[in-house]
Amino acid sequence: MSETGIGAAVKRTEDQRFLTGAGNFVDDINLRGQSYASFVRSPHAHAKIKGINTSAAAAMPGVLAVLTGEELVADGIGPLICGWNIAGKHGVEAHNSPPHHALAVGKVNYVGDHVAVVIADTKAEADDGAEAVEVDYEVLTAVVDTATAQDNTIQIHDEAPANLCYDWEIGDAEATDAAFADAAHVTTIEVINNRLIPNAVEPRACLAEFNKGTGDWTLYVTSQNPHLHRLVISAFNQVAPEHKLRVIAPDVGGGFGSKIFIYAEEVVCTWATRKIGRPIKWTAQRSESFLSDAHGRDHVSKAELALDADGKFLGLRVNTKANLGAYLSTFATAVPTYLYATLLAGNYTTPAIYCDVQGVFTNTAPVDALRGAGRPEATYLLERAVETAARELKIDPAELRRRNYIQPDAFPYQTPVVHQYDIGDYGASLDKACEMADVAGFDARRKESEANGKRRGLGYSSYIEACGIAPSAAVGALGGGVGLYESADIRFNATGNVTVMTGTHSQGQSHQTTFAQVVSEQLGVPMENIEVVEGDTDKGPFGMGTYGSRSLVVGGSAIVKAADKIVAKGKIIAAHSLEAAEEDIEFADGIFTVKNTNKSLTIGEVAFTAYVPHNYPEGLEPGLHEQAFYDPVNFSFPAGVHICEVEVDPATGETDIVRYTAVDDFGTIINPMIVEGQIHGGIGQGVGQAMLEAAKYDENGQLVTGSYMDYTMPRADDLPSFDVGTTSTPSPLNPLGAKGCGEAGAIAAPPAVINAITDACGVAHIEMPATPEKVWQACQAAE
Amino acid sequence: MNSFEYHRPGSVTDAAAAISGADDGKFLAGGQTLLAVMKLGLAAPSDLVDLGGIADLKGIQVKGGAVTIGAMTTHAEVNSSADVQGAIPALASLASVIGDRQVRNSGTLGGSLANNDPAADYPAAILALGATITTDKRQIAADDFIVGLFETALEEGEMITSVSFPQPSKAAYKKFKQPASRFALVGVFVAQTPDGVRVAVTGASSHAHRAEVLEEALGNDFSPSALDSVTIPADGLNSDIHASAEYRANLVKVMAIRAVEACG
Repeated sequence: MSETGIGAAVKRTEDQRFLTGAGNFVDDINLRGQSYASFVRSPHAHAKIKGINTSAAAAMPGVLAVLTGEELVADGIGPLICGWNIAGKHGVEAHNSPPHHALAVGKVNYVGDHVAVVIADTKAEADDGAEAVEVDYEVLTAVVDTATAQDNTIQIHDEAPANLCYDWEIGDAEATDAAFADAAHVTTIEVINNRLIPNAVEPRACLAEFNKGTGDWTLYVTSQNPHLHRLVISAFNQVAPEHKLRVIAPDVGGGFGSKIFIYAEEVVCTWATRKIGRPIKWTAQRSESFLSDAHGRDHVSKAELALDADGKFLGLRVNTKANLGAYLSTFATAVPTYLYATLLAGNYTTPAIYCDVQGVFTNTAPVDALRGAGRPEATYLLERAVETAARELKIDPAELRRRNYIQPDAFPYQTPVVHQYDIGDYGASLDKACEMADVAGFDARRKESEANGKRRGLGYSSYIEACGIAPSAAVGALGGGVGLYESADIRFNATGNVTVMTGTHSQGQSHQTTFAQVVSEQLGVPMENIEVVEGDTDKGPFGMGTYGSRSLVVGGSAIVKAADKIVAKGKIIAAHSLEAAEEDIEFADGIFTVKNTNKSLTIGEVAFTAYVPHNYPEGLEPGLHEQAFYDPVNFSFPAGVHICEVEVDPATGETDIVRYTAVDDFGTIINPMIVEGQIHGGIGQGVGQAMLEAAKYDENGQLVTGSYMDYTMPRADDLPSFDVGTTSTPSPLNPLGAKGCGEAGAIAAPPAVINAITDACGVAHIEMPATPEKVWQACQAAE
Repeated sequence: MNSFEYHRPGSVTDAAAAISGADDGKFLAGGQTLLAVMKLGLAAPSDLVDLGGIADLKGIQVKGGAVTIGAMTTHAEVNSSADVQGAIPALASLASVIGDRQVRNSGTLGGSLANNDPAADYPAAILALGATITTDKRQIAADDFIVGLFETALEEGEMITSVSFPQPSKAAYKKFKQPASRFALVGVFVAQTPDGVRVAVTGASSHAHRAEVLEEALGNDFSPSALDSVTIPADGLNSDIHASAEYRANLVKVMAIRAVEACG
């Protein structure tokens, strides 16, 4: 291992600019003649628009234009799309898909829905103008509750009877029923996966410009996938042809999924900039982020786990109602289906699994992928069921898990729910986690807590996730509307330094450092001579972006593939220069050597030759610039065991996480320091879901947790110091052996925390977030 | 945000003149509430009279068995004052649990009291310590100062200039934080004063109030166990998304016990 190669804890090269305020985010960019957009948002969850009077607003100082859905539709701007078709039970071929115009047409369906846009010379004038737009609403009864949306007599969309988007199923119902018939014990749980608001530190923003001279649009946007933004805004919203639209996502300050999606504001500003002939900027207020960023989770589920007399899992039956919100966001349909139920085997050999999911519309903000996207929901449900079974059967929870683990020699392992796991050693992670967490000493610590009037609990979470989405053909077969490969472009410059372009895009994942390490390792070029370029559709090749812990697994593999092409071409050039046969050229650490000789050339010298090809192989193209697209053969499957230990004050219900141990198998790790940071952040978010965060709407569909006064974000003092360890079974299916690490903490933590708190309180269940009041009530109930 | 006239007077007299000359003027102290509500469009004063330039409103003095703190003294200054720490450590400690670091370095004692948020910390301190609020017009006893939800005895245009806290023999403040805002879900201030035991509760109802049932129990026996048999009724306590009235009632008792324990 070199000092900067794979496995080195190199300090992030991004830090200098981020820590000194020199980052370049969308709102930092200003264009000459720029105007500002302010959106008129619905104050009602469900209402007919009887009329919009824009004349007062249009007459306000500085106001350039007031636009509504009527103009948008008249200009032929297509609705926002959902890119994943979900076929239903009984041969239903497509989910119900009500139109979602970027500005409402005739009706609003959630508080914060976009009714009109006011564009003005200044932000303040745009805001004042938006306040002056008069909208005549006929308020309708709102549908809010996930569990009962189907039974509500109010129907939100004509296209969705019973407020149902789809009724979907996976697995073998008959085999599962048969497994239950044979069971010695059945554990039944009902759980809610609480709705979350993503809360990226940088609010969403966009800045759109139309160049009258060239007929080109440029859209600066907070995006995790600028190429996808360009594709959708051109092909579906039909705002600008793809070749005339450049999408630039500069530095992005956190996304957690929320910046994957193509939002109304971005489409509207790109459309309106040509209409008014001025660049238009929009930056969300934090209150707009709360209302209109796609939310996450929001499942209501029932699960039954069948076990034999030895505690072996025989079958799992799950029903989930998933709230999709008022409209379908870009990947909303896939999250509670293929990104969720396909993980219900977990780490276990459960032979029969059946799950059905009803995706429902409600008068709430759209719900889509949020860090983990379906996998946190699956893991929470499964690990709560397993924990509950262990307690009911009085089997040690670690032992029950161990008894049901897929064994290391069983891979590749085909689960009953689509996935084929490539490799893993779950027992190794459990053993290491138990040792690091000093599970053996827990009883003594519990007694000590009890002597102090406190209660102590221990909770396990054994998780698996599917990352590195995905083989394009597999995604297509499951209804996905996109390919999910990744691209890389490695350009040696004549002076020997390197520009690397990829279609992924960092929102904090440190690609600039990690990818430079990969290239440094592959090509023997010092990191400081490698520039990683992302986030600009005019610079890099088409790529699919960053989400689902895919960047290293898929994008990193594309980089390796492109680097291999560089080396292959370099060998031809070196052979010619060194007057040797191509097959006698060896490449290592940046040097091409003629086998068994001291004749060599550095890769920099080879690059120079490629660009100044005076003495050069006949017929070979000049230049050292290679591109690769990598389409994975399978998902990757990171897995691990997290153990949470809590101390509860029964008088107040206050819960302290006194110890948190994470042991994860991410396969090959490029930069252990960056990975540990990702784990810390993920656990922080998971603890947030488990103990603090809840998006709550009242019965009228008003968001009552619409600011940081009421929506509790995890803060440093809510979290302990984490004990982080790893095990490693490198993936045999990609050239790096990588698996992905960005979401693991958010997936693993919630059940670990709830299992620990319920253990401490001596109750079967506490709904998330386990606030002090709920924990206090649980302690009271247990007495 | 609507436009407004900004004034920065150098004296209490000039400030009073500025506010009386305004259509709908507001004093600006630390701005921790006022500026936020103005940004949200919930308040639109015609004039802001910034009190930050008036030296007379700042500073801390210990004299005659009382700590007198200028209205424009920040929470951070109260917290870090050796004088306050020496005379009334519970008050210095209370100032350390208000908001976050930014709030403590901007927010002021006078601003907090004039706003009288039902979950603010200082209202509990003035009630439990039997403080006297001095304005540009008069002196007001703490018990008369707190009137209702965001309501005080201050008249239109009246300005707090300082607050005088008699030194207690023992005192402590225990706060259970609302997890999102970190205002008091329930805060209980317990003090042994020359006038007997005084207990004030904030966060639990529409405004900070004295808790007679706790005062009575502790008046007889100033010990944590004296509160064992006390029941705090949930009636009249706030119930919202963060806590039910029953839970708040429980916290009033638990925080009171812990405050007495902290008195040593």
